[in-house]
Amino acid sequence: MIEVEGLTKYYGLHPAIQDLTFRAETGEIVGFLGPNGAGKTTTMRILTGYMPPTSGTARVAGFDVLEESLEVRKRVGYLPETVPLYPEMTVVEYLEFMGSLRRVPELETRIEEVLERVDMLERAESYIGSLSKGLRQRVGLGQALLHDPEVLILDEPTIGLDPAQIIEVRNLIQDLGADHTVMLSTHILSEAQQVCDRVMIINRGRIVAEDTPANLQAQLAGAEQILVRAAAEARDLVPLLRAVNGVVEVKPTEHEGEVEVRSAPGQDVRPLVARAVVEADLDLLELRSAGLSLEEVFLQLTREDAGTEARAEG
Amino acid sequence: MRNIWIIAGRELRRYFVSPVAYAVAAMLYLILGVIFFINIYFGLQTGQINPDGRMVMGPMVTILLFVAPALTMRLIADEARMGTLELLLTAPVRDWELVVGKWLGVFGFMVGVIAVTWIYPLILHRMTNPGIDQGVLITAYLGLVLLVGSMLAVGVFVSSLFDNPMAAFFTTLAILLGLWVISGLGSGAGTASEIIRYLGIVDHYYDYLYRGIINLPDVVYFLSLTSLALFLGTQAVESRRWR
Ligand SMILES: Nc1ncnc2c1ncn2[C@@H]1O[C@H](COP(=O)(O)OP(=O)(O)OP(=O)(O)O)[C@@H](O)[C@H]1O
Ligand SMILES: [Mg+2]
Repeated sequence: MIEVEGLTKYYGLHPAIQDLTFRAETGEIVGFLGPNGAGKTTTMRILTGYMPPTSGTARVAGFDVLEESLEVRKRVGYLPETVPLYPEMTVVEYLEFMGSLRRVPELETRIEEVLERVDMLERAESYIGSLSKGLRQRVGLGQALLHDPEVLILDEPTIGLDPAQIIEVRNLIQDLGADHTVMLSTHILSEAQQVCDRVMIINRGRIVAEDTPANLQAQLAGAEQILVRAAAEARDLVPLLRAVNGVVEVKPTEHEGEVEVRSAPGQDVRPLVARAVVEADLDLLELRSAGLSLEEVFLQLTREDAGTEARAEG
Repeated sequence: MRNIWIIAGRELRRYFVSPVAYAVAAMLYLILGVIFFINIYFGLQTGQINPDGRMVMGPMVTILLFVAPALTMRLIADEARMGTLELLLTAPVRDWELVVGKWLGVFGFMVGVIAVTWIYPLILHRMTNPGIDQGVLITAYLGLVLLVGSMLAVGVFVSSLFDNPMAAFFTTLAILLGLWVISGLGSGAGTASEIIRYLGIVDHYYDYLYRGIINLPDVVYFLSLTSLALFLGTQAVESRRWR
């Protein structure tokens, strides 16, 4: 379990994260989504006991990251953004070293299990320096799993992996998510959408949205948007459609005879809109849903937020 | 405690596969061997071999001045540079265990390297009659080990300050040289001079231990310097977390 309240971290005078508050339960996979420099790595470093926050509290697996750092570190598996490996060690030597620091019982058996899970058994005796980027990523992931931690914190776990391995790792994460708390960061929306039970979008150190991927998409799209094109003047269409039940807003677009219709969330007004147009004796040329993809939502959200802040600063 | 041994053991193993460590040890043995050979050679010419096992120890101290920074420079700085420090600082290991473990690893390696130089006094002992004074020899070696321990601790501390091993090397070298020559500045009378003389590192070795006398203040000096450097190293590692 992860409980974070009012977490703030300044690097000098520059705030990297500000007043973050969130929870992640056992058996939950939480995705941390945000553009470069949003504060994902900073947050994870605080949660893993690597650095203290400037203010606010964070409890991981029931222990305070500042007061009971050692207890937290025993219970967390962490895959940092730059995978921390010793090139002059073999994969097994590396896992033996980390496993002994973490007092993993029956280490040899466990190492074999973990290597199997990350599909690295054949390369167990290879020097880490000779491994490709993706293989190193897997070794790093193996290190994070080694002590079967209650909480897994993975900073961009699928970066550098090949498509087949990305699927493997996502499956692995979902597997682990059943009885662990998993928090992962990513830039890839589809990944967050596929893997996570809950997604937090972070921008400029603040959480700007948080929900299940599905809800997020609906909520962030604000409402269903549809585009209507008819053989008519847009200014005739606007009052006509505004009268339709469930329609919130009607705006002409730059195209001749086309309007954008926004409806209240969760309401499909397409049949009513179609009927209204036809009943007004106009020819309906096109009617399509223009719901935003999560990708567009994400871009819009992070851009808008950046804009607001820039204005506030200026 | 166990963490210290795990970290020290890993460092030790790393030295045994490190070409740099072998080069350093080989250089040490080569220089000492040449000095030893010259000593014996001229001894045989004059028919008078000086039965002093310490003929290799004086030069060894000078060489160690360079060896200590070379062996300690990457201990923590390199972990910081490679990002592996993040791994160790998020493992259930206390900061002081990490620092002490690193020091113990390099100290163990150096004690091994120094132990091999015992071979020179051993040869000398065979060649001379009645042989060499073992008590003096053992005390001189003990002093050397204390001296090396504190030099390496300074190196570990400096390494914890940097992300760049070369910077750590030159800084350690500068500090050790400073401690070496500082006693020269305290030639006058008065408390200030006495303090300055006390800070000088090599006098604590040559004045008594090298002559075979265990002088407690000197032992205390080396142990304090070692502890202080390791304490400061721990503080430096901790302060990295706050950056
Ligand atoms: N050690 C540091 N010293 C100073 N500023 C830092 C440090 N680490 C991060 N920052 C700053 O804090 C902010 C957040 O960085 P962070 O690394 O947490 O972002 P991120 O979300 O992980 O980005 P990315 O997607 O690129 O990994 C950035 O503005 C970054 O420049
Ligand atoms: Mg990051």
